[in-house]
Amino acid sequence: MASRNEVGLRHLRSYLRRKSTSEFIKQLVMYTILAMGTGFILIPFLWMISTSLKLPHEVWRPGTFLPETLHFENYIYPFVILPFTRFLRNSLIIVALNIIGLIVSCTIVGYGFARYQHVKGNRTLFVVLLATMMLPGQVTLIPQFILFRNLGWFDTFYPLIVPAFFATPFYVFLLRQFFMGIPRELEEAAYIDGAGVTVIILRIIVPLAKPAIATVIIFEFLAKWNDFFGPLIYLDSMENYTLALGLQFFESQYSTEYGPMMAIATLMMVPCIAIFFYASKYFIQGINLTSFK
Amino acid sequence: MRKAWNTDATKFYLLISPWIIGFLVFIAGPMLASVVISLTEWSLLRDPVFVGLDNYRNLFRDSRFTQSLRVTARYTLISVPIKILLALIIAMLLDRIKYFRNALRTVFYLPSVVSGVAVVVLWIWMFNPEIGLINYLLGLVGIPGPRWLYDPNWALEALIIMSFWGIGREIVIFLAALQGVPDRLREAAMIDGANSLQVIRNVTIPMISPAIFFNVVMDMISSFQVFTDAYVATEGGPLGATRVTVLYLYQQAFQQLRMGYASAIAWILFFIILFFTLLVFKSSSLWVYYESEVKGGA
Repeated sequence: MASRNEVGLRHLRSYLRRKSTSEFIKQLVMYTILAMGTGFILIPFLWMISTSLKLPHEVWRPGTFLPETLHFENYIYPFVILPFTRFLRNSLIIVALNIIGLIVSCTIVGYGFARYQHVKGNRTLFVVLLATMMLPGQVTLIPQFILFRNLGWFDTFYPLIVPAFFATPFYVFLLRQFFMGIPRELEEAAYIDGAGVTVIILRIIVPLAKPAIATVIIFEFLAKWNDFFGPLIYLDSMENYTLALGLQFFESQYSTEYGPMMAIATLMMVPCIAIFFYASKYFIQGINLTSFK
Repeated sequence: MRKAWNTDATKFYLLISPWIIGFLVFIAGPMLASVVISLTEWSLLRDPVFVGLDNYRNLFRDSRFTQSLRVTARYTLISVPIKILLALIIAMLLDRIKYFRNALRTVFYLPSVVSGVAVVVLWIWMFNPEIGLINYLLGLVGIPGPRWLYDPNWALEALIIMSFWGIGREIVIFLAALQGVPDRLREAAMIDGANSLQVIRNVTIPMISPAIFFNVVMDMISSFQVFTDAYVATEGGPLGATRVTVLYLYQQAFQQLRMGYASAIAWILFFIILFFTLLVFKSSSLWVYYESEVKGGA
């Protein structure tokens, strides 16, 4: 017994010694590696902003990291040669209507799945919903396109907005998980007072689910603001372009004008980064809420 | 009468009716239609012509299509393992450092919020062979940089490097999993004389294997469907070196107006993704460890 304890003690001592002497060096090495990673992440951002403030002759001289003087012409030029104000307006309309449609539809559907689990068919339908989350969009793409085209919706915003009013599996899942964590007692009290489902959702569930709804808003803003494929196949005339489509068009037409290109890229990224910093806790929460059951 | 109508079942189906309608109109209906369309030749300008399995037969004789499968496979097989490994290393470092953990997590997540065309345009500029930053930096250490997006041998590699920029989601998920690993497990192993690598191999990795599994599946599915990067950066060139399958599908459907042929591509891609997803799912019993299994046994 005694010898076993001694062995254990020796292990413990040598462990503590190793721990204290090497801890500093370990931390140093870890921060060095992380600093390199941080460089890989941040340098492209800085390079983009720096380029957006340069004059053409500086852009074409490699190794100029900072502009001699700050020039904001690149931020104006794209708006002069292409209707970027119009693109911005289109992007905002599509983003806003998607968010509204999704919040309404996914709250209702998510509430149904969360609170009526005893109803026959709930579990089966929920599995179907989860399965569609994994479905690659390509297999529905072409019939959807033909459907919207036959409705006369080609080159309109409808194909990019209407589906949002019919709920998206990912957000239904996210909201359902959140609703299930809200205690039922509040609702039961309201039921006894004679409140209907609509009143309960609006007065009890929505105010309590603000963090989850905020997560939906943020994720959807980024998804639609950055969406390229949808606008690419459904929008045709330039007056209907979104920012993403406008930037791609600019890149294809003026492929050597890196200054203005970086200016638009910067402008497109600013709202995303601003939202991210303003609401980063919702991001982390949202990502982790959806990754494990 | 009112009672029979106002049951929980009615309420449930009324509440979820937006999704049911959406599912029928935008998912189930189109999926069935897609099967039928894939058996036709249809340019939208004329009526569809039934051609049986011709589209599928022709696809495997279409060298551009088989090339696109090879390109997609290469992209996936190279980018996914490296992304997982990099994310894992960074998350482990973030988990062990003393200061700035949340600030650094924010930095690593940053590229994930700005995805899309703006990011691709930024990397086109980074990869510019003459005046881009990457070749300038390579030049400083005496390496002549390749012509990246203009070189058939390097274009896909450039897209893969680009994809490493967006590993924030993976890092956040790994970090959350790592923070759920009880310190006492690591301490116990260290006291028993295990070195750091042994602890990582035998304690940390098994404990976070559900997160690894989740990230592998999600990354695999999304990289099989990569499109925007290839379309904006190269339009599939040079010489088809970056013409991934979804890009070829897009070209067939919306540039050549071959709806039947493109639908067939979609179904083949669907079964490839399904096959690999099931493969990872099947293999998971060998390497994914769920804590509840042991709890149940003990």
